[in-house]
Amino acid sequence: MSKDILKIGAREFSSRLLVGTGKYRDFDETREAVEASGAEIITVAIRRTNIGQEPGQPSLLDVLPPDRYTLLPNTAGCYTADDAVRTLRLARELLDGHNLVKLEVLGDADTLFPDMTQTLAAAETLVKDGFDVMVYCSDDPIMAKRLEEVGCVAVMPLASLIGSGMGILNPWNLRLIIDNARVPVIVDAGVGTASDAAIAMELGCDGVLMNTAIARAQNPVLMASAMKKGVEAGREAFLAGRMPRKLYSGAPSSPTSGLITG
Amino acid sequence: MTPPNASITVTVNGEPRALDAGITVGALLQSLDLAGKRLAVERNGEIVPRATHPHAVLVEGDRIEIVVAVGGG
Repeated sequence: MSKDILKIGAREFSSRLLVGTGKYRDFDETREAVEASGAEIITVAIRRTNIGQEPGQPSLLDVLPPDRYTLLPNTAGCYTADDAVRTLRLARELLDGHNLVKLEVLGDADTLFPDMTQTLAAAETLVKDGFDVMVYCSDDPIMAKRLEEVGCVAVMPLASLIGSGMGILNPWNLRLIIDNARVPVIVDAGVGTASDAAIAMELGCDGVLMNTAIARAQNPVLMASAMKKGVEAGREAFLAGRMPRKLYSGAPSSPTSGLITG
Repeated sequence: MTPPNASITVTVNGEPRALDAGITVGALLQSLDLAGKRLAVERNGEIVPRATHPHAVLVEGDRIEIVVAVGGG
């Protein structure tokens, strides 16, 4: 098989698993889980620095250096297009002009469901400002298409709500999005375990982004490894093309001739 | 004309601070033990590019945000 490359804008990746860096016990666990996942793209959040903290304290980027990983700064916690745009301009300055970003504008603090009108407005502004925007979105196929049309380099529909671990709740909508998209479709949010990741990939998603499913597993490093395999297995199954479903076939796998009976 | 030892009030990450008039962004970062760290600075909603930190002079009422990358999903 020729090399199976994930192309996002002009960038190329061999891993189709993207991981977040939040909710881990400490930086050691973060680093070990990210390494076990094989992910090349990792998300980070942008926050006010703690003024007065010990100056020698390590920072996330000491543990996960930008020369080794493709960092994907996010806009988690933003509820307006303006706040999201502002956050990502700070991120670009922080990362020396790096312009690949994850846009998410939330609409509700309980469900963390995205606000799609604010998301679309922010996406337009960011694309015009030179950002490569990977956008977290609802699984509405029309909205996914609009986001692609304004120039997003990837659309990232939820499989279920952020942090819920409920898995792939509407595979049919994801299929519609995949069938209509000309940019990569990456499931972002909702995956709970490795089979969920495999199902997303078998549907034809180009990748899966997750954080809580790994960080909140009993053993995050082992789950990171499981997710790597789940994504790889699902991708290979998608490329291989599954057999058609039949209620029954009447065609056993073993020969019907040469039986010692009769 | 502001006398050299006058102080100004600047909001840094949401907290008001009294600073020497004429202080630059670079000097502020130094006084907060943040010089040389990987961070980004915004003043009144606009990015202050790293290269301009040494000569970006703060004025009364400026709202400064200093941000870093942290773990997130």
